[in-house]
Amino acid sequence: MNPGISSSPFLNSGNSVPRIMLWVLLALIPGMLAHIYFFGWGLLINLGIAIPTALASEALMLRLRQRPIKPFLSDYSAILTATLLAIALPPLAPWWLAFIGTAFAIIIAKQLYGGLGYNPFNPAMVGYAMLLIAFPREMTTWLPAQSHHMAFMDSLRYSLFEVLPSGHNIDSISMATPMDIVKTRLGLNMTIDEINAQFHNLFGMLGGRGWEWVNLMFLLGGMLLIFIRVISWHIPVAVIGSLFSCALVFQLADIDAHASPLFHLFSGATMLGAFFIATDPISAATTLRGRLYYGAGIGIFTYIIRTWGGYPDGFAFAVLLMNMAVPTIDYYTQPRVFGHQDD
Amino acid sequence: MSHPYRDIARNGLWSNNPALVQILGLCPLLAITNTMVNSLGLGLATTLTLIFSNVTVSAIRHWVRPEIRIPVFVLIIASIVTVIELSMNAWFHELYMILGIFIPLIVTNCTIIARAEAFASKNSIPHAFADGLFMGLGFTLVLLLLGTLREVIGFGTLFRQIELMFGDHAKWLTVHLFGNYRGYLLAILPPGAFLGLGFMIAFKNMIDKRIARKHQAIPVKQLVQIVK
Repeated sequence: MNPGISSSPFLNSGNSVPRIMLWVLLALIPGMLAHIYFFGWGLLINLGIAIPTALASEALMLRLRQRPIKPFLSDYSAILTATLLAIALPPLAPWWLAFIGTAFAIIIAKQLYGGLGYNPFNPAMVGYAMLLIAFPREMTTWLPAQSHHMAFMDSLRYSLFEVLPSGHNIDSISMATPMDIVKTRLGLNMTIDEINAQFHNLFGMLGGRGWEWVNLMFLLGGMLLIFIRVISWHIPVAVIGSLFSCALVFQLADIDAHASPLFHLFSGATMLGAFFIATDPISAATTLRGRLYYGAGIGIFTYIIRTWGGYPDGFAFAVLLMNMAVPTIDYYTQPRVFGHQDD
Repeated sequence: MSHPYRDIARNGLWSNNPALVQILGLCPLLAITNTMVNSLGLGLATTLTLIFSNVTVSAIRHWVRPEIRIPVFVLIIASIVTVIELSMNAWFHELYMILGIFIPLIVTNCTIIARAEAFASKNSIPHAFADGLFMGLGFTLVLLLLGTLREVIGFGTLFRQIELMFGDHAKWLTVHLFGNYRGYLLAILPPGAFLGLGFMIAFKNMIDKRIARKHQAIPVKQLVQIVK
């Protein structure tokens, strides 16, 4: 009898790259449905552009790098990058926004660094940050959250030709995000209550009308991921905890000039970022203690950029900044090996 | 030393290019190359500085004691840059305003002190002159290529603001490549410079590798024939 010779580990969790990626994609679905409910068909159109672009750029780069194409294309990682980027894009965007962003994310942020497992930066966030820097106007034209919106074909027509149905223009149907509004109005010395009144209950129940539901759904999906152990609790808890604490401290200091902690948690990209972007196993810290530092850093930077920075939401930049710090964090948080002394 | 000038030229333009191989003078290289005209202006100013400083350093190389050579080189380079800065201010005032701090900063461009130290202080005046010329040209060409790339991608134009250098008569040279181009801000901002330079270095390394492979193939064949 040949018992078969193999090296450790002898027990594994049954996880594999495609399985994890697929679960993450499934967990995104509730949030995406809420996104479509409040912001219209744009997300589907962006997805329809981003996913084929991601697969095509991945195939092109794998071919140039003389790597096998099929196993890498079927591990869903490119699809996940495209999906995350598509969710982050404004719902009413010209097609080339998703196209350029996804191609940049896959070609430059992922494949030029060596492909899956070698990229120090989260590809979707690199793509998003690039778009935000290069096309600030297109990237900040959001729609107001509402349950009745443009028909699918009108949305598609705008995406392809940037033509709106007659009687509309982009300024009349678009609106800055709650995050953006709060930032600009606070800059004009308005108080939080005045902003809320001027924009007819902008903040909803928790933070941002419409946005709170999208964030809650992403929170739900994230809880599922923690429950089935695709991600660990450390990073999301640290992100949310530090963002909450920062916001609380400043709100207690001056309640009129700072948005509430709940607004920070349930508006913008917080829940999507904390559970789905910051937890990217490749670009995040790997030690358990390191993950707490990494998550806390993201929360703090997000708050700093949201409050004093030049852009309305800072999650992408916060993630990229902390990605840069990951090697240092991992170096200083190596766990003590059993039997060795702590030094 | 069969063809000293050919070697100097090849060194400066390709195999030891200050921007692509030595990666010197990155600060002006990355900051200024957002249009062709800016690149050309800075490139020419740097080339002039290189030629004058190389020639001067070479001319006094027998009289400068090694202990104090670096301060002497810096003084020479600083004087030359001051002359160039004042002349640009006089004759190309708008371009001078755009290039701004980067003209006086040519003093700190490592390429210049590196060539003075590594080449001019050890070689005759004509050789030092050629080295300054070709190193400067190599730098200018990279600047110009990067500037062109960034201008075409960023603004969708060629020879934008050419009138700064050649006067209003040259305005017709500005070409708009695409109708109704929105511009790609990233290419004009610093990240575009880093990305562009990275791609240029990668492209040069690729060409070098191709050439090396071609040269390698012949000796192996000969070896096989010899063994046979």
